[in-house]
Amino acid sequence: MPDYRNIKVVVNGVEHELDVETRTSLGDFLRQEIELTGTHLGCEHGVCGACTVLLDGEAVRSCLMLAVQANGHEITTVEGLAEEDGSLHPLQEAFWKHHGLQCGFCTPGMLTSLTAYLGENPEPNERDIREAISGNICRCTGYQSIVDAALDAAKKMRGE
Amino acid sequence: MKPAAFTYHDPKTSNEVIELLSQHEDAKILAGGQSLIPMLNMRFVVPDHVIDINGVKDLDSVFDNGESLEIGAMTRQSNLSKSHDVKTKTPIFLEALGNVGHFQTRNRGTLGGSLCHLDPAAEIPCLMAAYDAVMIAQGSNGLREIPFSEWPLAYMMPSLEPDELLIKVRVPYWRSHHGYSFVEFARRHGDFAIIAVAVLIEMDGKTISRASISVGGADIRPIRLFEAEEGLIGENLDVRVFKSAAEIARKVDAMSDAYVTSSYRQRLAATLVERALVQAAERVSRGENNA
Repeated sequence: MPDYRNIKVVVNGVEHELDVETRTSLGDFLRQEIELTGTHLGCEHGVCGACTVLLDGEAVRSCLMLAVQANGHEITTVEGLAEEDGSLHPLQEAFWKHHGLQCGFCTPGMLTSLTAYLGENPEPNERDIREAISGNICRCTGYQSIVDAALDAAKKMRGE
Repeated sequence: MKPAAFTYHDPKTSNEVIELLSQHEDAKILAGGQSLIPMLNMRFVVPDHVIDINGVKDLDSVFDNGESLEIGAMTRQSNLSKSHDVKTKTPIFLEALGNVGHFQTRNRGTLGGSLCHLDPAAEIPCLMAAYDAVMIAQGSNGLREIPFSEWPLAYMMPSLEPDELLIKVRVPYWRSHHGYSFVEFARRHGDFAIIAVAVLIEMDGKTISRASISVGGADIRPIRLFEAEEGLIGENLDVRVFKSAAEIARKVDAMSDAYVTSSYRQRLAATLVERALVQAAERVSRGENNA
């Protein structure tokens, strides 16, 4: 017998109320139920970091949470980072400028993780950034361009 | 849809959790989910019932009772690192928690979840072994206290009855200005440790009066090096003394797996025990100067 629950979640400022099967992960819910496919599911056991979203502002793995657990909470996905007029978040701008992505699969997780990280640590050094993204696997860039982008974005966000 | 179908429960009190555990035979507790959900996704575990305790009240407090820290089982690892009491009374926690997964998983992962999952290479059980922490479980017959030395029964199996829930952990303080160090070696930051070592020392003047050395990742449960601890008592903070403790660590019973041989784990245990003792000694020396 499928087990369903009614949940209310605010995703990128928009409220959604619907019935979900309780075994649905938050990641699958975002992609399949409300059709926000910016969140990428890679390993689905918490290792690759591609599915990272913000839960009430904190970075979490959306593959390691059930959608039903997000009931009453606010989620921000990569789609929610840019302004409504389409102007990019400073991190997105810096990723573009420094070629911080190639295939782009890891990018949503990198951006959401770094958004939360820079919020708490506005003045990171290179080592801090490398540790912050140690839970986000990128198989293209070799990380250097991502680190450059993050450091540049941190500077911009500090107003320097 | 990764996990097999289950019935989801979200009780609001620990009494309701106990009731659900006694009613349902094949039930799993869902705490932070950072280990259980991967196992559900891969269908390594296929429970009929999942009892989500994230909505249970009063399981996530950190309380200083004067002699020890009482930590609710559902305290998130990230909140533990932010606690003022943890920073000042049990600073080794911060060093150990920095190695627990990644900051994204620490935002969900809990103290109690790690202790009940009981991965042999996990940092939190290694820390609890060093402190002789007390696990407090609630069951149909009330509360039960289990010393950490009796907590791991077998590989990834804590000493919990089917209807019991770990609700709290009591971590007894070491004297202020004690020495401490948590070191580990993993292939990548945030991976499970190949070997992790937790060291605590107290001084009486210039000599060591109390010591605790715990090694994680070597065997199915954290190992306390009692012989090495006794050897430190009454000694000065001397590298030669630390080296003889490291030689005892080299003889530890160690597992072998597809990636790492037991002799490599033993060598690592010796190196890391010495490294941790040196760092703990440096810290305790500085602490005495401050006092």
